Order: sequence, then C-alpha cells, then structure tokens
Amino acid sequence: MISVRHVWKVFGSNPAQIIGSPDANLSRSELRNKTGNTIAVRDVSFDVAPGEVFVVMGLSGSGKSTLVRCMTRLIEPTQGEIFFQGEDILKVDEKRLRELRKTRFSMVFQHFGLLPHRKVIDNIAYSLEINGVSKEERHHRANEVIELVGLQGYGQAYPEQLSGGMQQRVGLARALAVDPQVLFLDEPFSALDPLIRRDMQAEVIRLHHQLGKTMVFITHDLAEAVKLGDRIAIMRDGAIVQIGTPEELVAAPADDYVANFVQDFPKSQVLTLRWIARKPELNEVLTGPILPPTVTVHNSMRQIVESSVPIRVMENGHLLGVVTAQDMLSVVSGSEF
Amino acid sequence: MSVAMLSKPEKELKASVVKRYKVGIYLGALSAGFIFFAVLMRGIATLPLDTSSLTWFQSWLNNVSDWIGNNQNSNPFFTFFINVIRDSINAFVTGIQDLISQSIGNNASPLIGWLGIVVLLSFVAYTVANIRVAILVFVGLVSLGLLGFWQESMDTLALTLAAVVLALLIGIPLGICAGLFPRFEKVITPFLDFAQVMPTFVYLTPVTLFFLIGPASATIVTMVYAIPPALRITAVALHEVPWSSVEAAVSMGSTRMQALRKVQLPQAKRTMVVGINQTIMAALSMVTIAALIDAPGLGKVVVTALESLDIGKSFQAGLGIVILAVLLDRTTTAAASKVDAENSHLVSRVRHRQILVAGGIVTIAALLISRIYNWAGNFPGTGVIGSDIARYADDIVNWIQNHFVNVTNSITNGVSYGLINPIQNLLTNSPWFITGFAFVLLAMILGGRKLALISTVCVLGIVGTGLWSDTMTTLASVLVAAIATVAIGIIFGVWIGRSKRADQIMRPMLDAGQVLPAFVYLVPFLGLFGATRFTAIMAAIVYAAPASIKLMADGIAGVPASITEAGIAAGSNKWQMIVKVQLPSARRALALSTNQGIIYVLAMVVVGGLVGAGGLGYLVVAGFTQLNLTGKGLAAGLAIVLLGILLDRITQAAAARSTLERTK
Ligand SMILES: Nc1ncnc2c1ncn2[C@@H]1O[C@H](COP(=O)(O)OP(=O)(O)OP(=O)(O)O)[C@@H](O)[C@H]1O
Ligand SMILES: [Mg+2]
Repeated sequence: MISVRHVWKVFGSNPAQIIGSPDANLSRSELRNKTGNTIAVRDVSFDVAPGEVFVVMGLSGSGKSTLVRCMTRLIEPTQGEIFFQGEDILKVDEKRLRELRKTRFSMVFQHFGLLPHRKVIDNIAYSLEINGVSKEERHHRANEVIELVGLQGYGQAYPEQLSGGMQQRVGLARALAVDPQVLFLDEPFSALDPLIRRDMQAEVIRLHHQLGKTMVFITHDLAEAVKLGDRIAIMRDGAIVQIGTPEELVAAPADDYVANFVQDFPKSQVLTLRWIARKPELNEVLTGPILPPTVTVHNSMRQIVESSVPIRVMENGHLLGVVTAQDMLSVVSGSEF
Repeated sequence: MSVAMLSKPEKELKASVVKRYKVGIYLGALSAGFIFFAVLMRGIATLPLDTSSLTWFQSWLNNVSDWIGNNQNSNPFFTFFINVIRDSINAFVTGIQDLISQSIGNNASPLIGWLGIVVLLSFVAYTVANIRVAILVFVGLVSLGLLGFWQESMDTLALTLAAVVLALLIGIPLGICAGLFPRFEKVITPFLDFAQVMPTFVYLTPVTLFFLIGPASATIVTMVYAIPPALRITAVALHEVPWSSVEAAVSMGSTRMQALRKVQLPQAKRTMVVGINQTIMAALSMVTIAALIDAPGLGKVVVTALESLDIGKSFQAGLGIVILAVLLDRTTTAAASKVDAENSHLVSRVRHRQILVAGGIVTIAALLISRIYNWAGNFPGTGVIGSDIARYADDIVNWIQNHFVNVTNSITNGVSYGLINPIQNLLTNSPWFITGFAFVLLAMILGGRKLALISTVCVLGIVGTGLWSDTMTTLASVLVAAIATVAIGIIFGVWIGRSKRADQIMRPMLDAGQVLPAFVYLVPFLGLFGATRFTAIMAAIVYAAPASIKLMADGIAGVPASITEAGIAAGSNKWQMIVKVQLPSARRALALSTNQGIIYVLAMVVVGGLVGAGGLGYLVVAGFTQLNLTGKGLAAGLAIVLLGILLDRITQAAAARSTLERTK
C-alpha cells in the first residue's frame, strides 16, 4: 500500500548538498558542528502492506516524527520517493496532495492538535467541513465516530473541558471521520497516563479489527509496539536499523542498539517455541507431549514445566526440536537471547 | 562528564567578568576624558545658531518646501497622486465629521445629534464589552458635553476613528502577512522599530510638506503612527496560535486560506483586539498632538491654551482628553476580555439576544430624536460646568502658586542650577567634535565597530542639520529627565518587583498612565512651574516613568527563584539581596528600562518645546507657524530623528551586552 524508498530529510541551510557527500557519514553532532545541518531521516526504505499496523520505534530525536510527517508531506523530504497505491506522493501537486490528505490519510498527533475554539463535534467535523459536506450530514457523521470512540454526550463540549485521554479520543475520532485508508499516529498515547493508555490501545486494536485500517504507528514504548504492531521498524539517528515482527526483534536483534531496546522486555511473551526449540541430544527421550512451533513460551510454560520428559515441537508431522523446562527457564530469566 | 568539559564554561564566565570589569574602566575613563576636554576647550566650535538665522541646508529645505507649495497644483506627482490621497482622506474625515461633529448645511447639528451618539456609543460599548462599560461610556460622553467640549470631543473622536479605520485597513493585512511569512516580517521589522522610536512630533512636518496643514494631514500622520502597533500585534497574534493546530488543519487537507480563516484568525482574535486597543490609543495620542498642524478637536484647545498660558482652559480640555482616553481604553480592553470569555465559553450568546434587540430599538429611537429635536441635536447649555472646572483649576493653581511659590521656585531653581544648567553648559559649550567623538567611543565600547559607524553617521548628520547646539540643549534635558526616570524606575521597579501587593496596587495606575496622550502631562506641570524647560522635564519624567518602572519590575520579578534562593541561603539581608543579587541579575531589565525611558523622555522633551523648553522641539513648532522657519523645522525634525537613533542604538547595545553576559 505504501512504499517508502530512500527518503532523506536534512534540516539546515543547504540540505541537498549533504546527501551523497562524505559529510553524510558523519555522526549527528559532528555534522551539526561542522555544517549546522541535522540529518533527521537518513535513507529510509520500507513497505507497509494493506491492513497492516506498522510501528516505528526509536529513542527521542531519532527522527520518527519527521519520518511520518514526510510521509504526508507536512514536512517536505529532501530526497526520495514515497508511493501510495503506485502514485509517488512527493511528485503530486498541491491540489492532489490536499485531496489525498482529505480523503485517504489521517493523522493523530502526539499533542492532539485540536482546535481550541471549536466544539468537539466541530473539531471532528472539520475535515468534512473543508470537504464541503453539508452541516447536517457532517454532524451526523461526526456523531457516528463520537460513538465509535466512546465520547457520547461530549459533542458540545470544548476541547479544554476534556481530560487528556478524552482529548486524544477526539483526535482519533477526527482522524476516523473521513474514513481514511491510512492512519498515521505519532506517539498518540505518550501524553496519557498508563491506565488510559491501556484503554486507548485496546481501542486502537478494536478499531483495527473492526475497520481494518492500515496504520503507521509511532511510539517509543516497546510494550505498546509489540501489542499493536504487525511489524516494527527501529530507528536510530534517522536511519532504520531493523525491521521485523516483534518476535524477530526479540529473538534476533540486529545490533546492540536493538538488543538494548528489547532487553527488558518479557521475552516469553513474544518468543514462540520455534525460537527456542533445539536439536534433541542423543540420549533424550522423544516421547513427550507435542506442541506447535507458533505457541509462545509464555502460553506453553505450564505444559513444559509439568512434563517430565522434553516437549516435542512439531510442524506438519515434522520434528523441529525439543524444549525442556531448563531451556525455558533460561529464556524467561534472560540468560539466553 | 569530564573535568575538562566542566571547566570550559567557567573559563568563559571568568573572561566575561574580566570584560565587564574592563568595560567599566573604559566607561569611567571615557567620562573623565570627555569632561576634561569639554571643559578645557569650552567655547570652541560649539556651532551655535540664532533662531532666525539659517544654514544653507535649512534654506535648501525652505526652497524644497516652497517648490512643493508652488507645484502642488501643477506637477502630475501631486495632482495625480498626493492630492488624490489628500482629497479622498479629506472626504473620508469630513464624512465622519458631518456624521458626528460638524453641523452640515443649514442644520444646526451634525447628522447624528449628541443624544443619538451617546446612546449609540453606549449601545456599541454594551455589545462589544459589557453593561458596566456601557454605563461608563454614557456618563463619560455626557460629561464631555457638560465640560463644554461636545463638538471638540467629537472632532477628536472623528479624526481618531478615521485614522484608526485606515490604520487597521492597512495594518491588519500587513500584520497577517508578517505573521504568515517570516521573510516579510524580517524585512519590515527594522521599519517598525524605527517608527516606534521616533517621537510623535517628527511625523508632523514631513507630512504637512506634502499634504498641507489640515485634517487630511492630521489623519495621515495619525494613521502612520498607528499602523505599527496594529501590524505588530496582528503578527504576534498569529505567532501565538499553536503551530500544532495549524499543522493538524493542514494535515486534513486545508488550503492556506482555510487554515488562516478557520484556525488561525479565530484563535488570534483576542490578541488582535488588544492590537486594536493599542492602535486606538496611539491614534488618540497622535490626534491631540496633530493639533499643531491644525487638527480640530480637544488637542487644539489644549495647544491654544498652552500657548497663551491659560492653565484653567488647558486643564479643562486636558480633562476632556483624559475622559476620552479612558472611555476608548476601557471599552476596547473589556472587548478583549470578552473575546477571552467567549473563547473559554463562559457567556452564552442567546441570552443576550433580547436585550440586544431592545437596545437596538432604543438606539434607533435616539438617533431619530436627535435628528428631529434641537435639544437632542446640539448639546444644551454653554458648558458652565466646564468653565467652573477651569476656574477652579485656575484658583487652585493660583493658590498653590501664591502659597508655594517659594517651594516651586526653589525646586525649579535648585534643579536648574544644581543639575540641568551644569549638564547643559557642559554639553552646549563643549566642542562638537569632542562630544561627537565621545559618542562614537561610547558606541565602540558598548556595541563595537558597526555601532560606532552608525553613531558617526548620526553625529555628522546632526552637525549637518546645522542644529548641533540646539540638539545639545535638548540632549541635556533628555539626560536629566532620563536619569530621574531611571532612578524612579529602579526604586519603584524594585518595590513592585519584590512585592505582589505593590504590584496589584501600582500596575493599574501605571497602565492608566501609559494610556494618556503625551500632551496632557504638560498641563499640571505648566500650572506649577510655568513655561520653563523644567516643566517639560517634569512632564517627561512622569510620562516615561510607567514604562521604565514596569520593565524594571518585570526584570526583578523575573530573577529566577534559584538565584534568589541561593542569595537567601547565603544569609543575605534584604538590602544585600536587592543590591547584590536582584539588581545585578536584572541588569538587562535595567538597560531596557533605560532605553525605553530615554525614548519616552525624548518624545516628551520635544513636545515640551511648546511650553518654552527650547531646543529642537521649539524649532519644530516654530516651523509650523513661521513660514521662513519651515526648513529649520524640518531640519530640527531630522536632528530629533538622528538623536533618537543615536540614543536608542547605544542603549540597545548596552541591553544586548548585558543579555550576552547573562547567558554566558
Ligand atoms: N524543524 C526542524 N528544524 C531543525 N531540526 C529539526 C526540526 N525538526 C526536527 N529536527 C531535528 O530532527 C531530529 C529528529 O526529530 P524528530 O522530531 O523527528 O524526533 P522524534 O524521533 O520524533 O523524537 P521524539 O520521540 O522526542 O518525538 C532531531 O534531532 C531534531 O532536532
Ligand atoms: Mg516525535
């Protein structure tokens, strides 16, 4: 659905000259001291499949917001191509871009970006309003999405009269009002407290299942990323260091940076037996219970512990390997992987 | 963090301390050197010039003025451009005057009689503000009539309105451009800064040169003076709109126009109304001063009364200006907070609808009545109350003069002989190159080579106007007034900055003080001290003090808590806290308040030319009244501009320097 190809964004006075020059290989602070430029996004490429939730992660300042803004051209990329259903959106004119933004893309912002002088319902109806939808119709539609995000009864309130969590629901409702194909969410829940955050995550998962939207979701919270993401891209200093499923990242981090990222995460929750099954040793009994490789360690824990002989991991009648309580413990305690 | 990294800022700090110390030595040496050479060479090359004699430059300006006068009706530049502007503005102003102030045709009253205006404006005040302000407007307007200045007040109002409408028509779109396009803002900011620094006075002469003396010139000059605040605050208002909401609107596919109309302007409304307030107050201030170029209204009464030293009458008209200022200020301020309340959704509009309809009907009725009945058209009575007030004021002033003549005289003399005369003598008797060189050196020390160059240009420019000696006279008054202003600024600023209570009590008074047009400050002091430069200096101090105090107070209050706490923790007593902790930390505020103090003082000292302060201001005034002095008046205006730039740049540099040191 979306293909990002070699996108660069350099902030500063002579951005285009940096790319391809030896300076591009300098570290951020070196480049900054030398030329005053900052490479916020560095040669990023990836694809997002229809209906996928694609998560972008990284430390503060790693270029996540810049990347997602480049994807809707709120920030003009310095170089690269971004295809949306085959159309290079970096080449389209203003008018077509506005059309895409009005009907295909929606964004939810970290700091909500609500319009303080408009009521909740008019905030949500804003994009319909500029689409030229009649007042009656857009209020009807707005009320529908208000219900969808669970804000019944708050349509006539003003944003500042709502709590942070409710405001972000308004942001979400606003993004959904035009029924977009792609949702871009830039750290939508970072400003919320843990409880509301959990509710909102559940909300997004529900919406995703219910409406099947494609999402590009930014966060710097790994738990959130794992919970929501089909695939996760990890960014550092503007570049993507690894893209993979949560399991792949935890099981096989590409470098120390990624490993650091995932080290505190409870591995048993994402790792499946496929990753911990090992070759049976010569004298091991191969009569234990059978489990498929797609079960997570967490969910098979009980069976593994209760079994006195090694568990067999089998796929299509094929023995992939065995797992003992010993193996499992070393995963859970983190001494392996 | 490594030790090496920590020691770097420390080193810088030490370097800056050494530097500051050095600057102190330089400045001390400069003052000593200047006084030494000024006294040593006194009387040499002081460039004096009699009031009646002209330099070639001034004669040339006279010729230019004559040429313009002769070609006014033949040269296409005038007939197709300047005169068109003048005529349209004249028509506009006359239209408004016909509406509210000047009787038209055979009618004894303007289109709308006093009753109509009083009710209409009260109603307007109610709709844009609230009922309290509406009552204030009602009472205020009636008292203007009772003062005996109905028509004059309406003339002032008409001119102010005309100028404000034009200023907003120009200022708001430009302000929006500045708010949207940083590059445009960057280009116009220096012009705005420049406009802000110029004393109201200097706008007058060049405009009359092209647009002749009269209401059109008065309106243009007022408009020009009122555009910068309108423009600046509109730009600020747009900057204040959170970028996140604009970005959200763009992300949903808004066009630039839609984002502006639906997102930025609605949120900028409140600040823009504040801008309208500033615009109106600036316009009122200028309209009264434009009396010097024959603008009708209250200002003219004051000028005439000041010139004939009729204290009572000038007090009476000054009171009228104050009333008008208060009405306009209160209404627009309340309108701004109403926008605020609407933004925070405290008022429901529906509730007021019935009242509005009723008020509208009453207003229309009043308009009709004022059209039909004479008593409602022309303000009845002959302003007996006004004359009474004038008489009382005269009596009081007489009484004070009789009983305290010794006191006022000794104050006048004491300050004159003790402070003003020595400074004035020093400056006027010093050779121009010594004083000029001192300025350039000062600029060099505080601001470096570029500022020194600017100062050189200014100094040589002043010499070129042929009015060096008069400039030094003005400078002496400015310095004395500025010293006093800064002293007052420090004393009150520290007090207000340290105490919340003091702030609450003093702040409204300071705000009110800043609202009044420069003119009215002359009146009370004229009564007490007569037509002397001392009056001008006193008026200047009072006029400039509020700005100075406020900046100082903000500076003191803004000293970071961590610094004050450190001071307290170190066991400082109150006095030590002020002198050793708060004042040094507020050095930038001190420099800024000096800068503002000097700018305000300069504006007022020049106006003081009206009441015998001499110097450049007097020449500007003389330029209006005596044909052969037009060129000299223009030259004096130019000298004021150059002096203004010189003083402003140097004090700005001092402020910038203390910021720099603080951030290091
Ligand atoms: N408008 C700008 N001008 C200059 N530099 C910028 C600009 N916007 C971002 N940057 C720089 O680009 C880099 C990436 O910023 P970005 O906001 O994309 O980070 P982020 O990953 O979203 O961080 P966070 O998690 O804190 O939101 C930062 O180093 C930042 O300083
Ligand atoms: Mg971000």
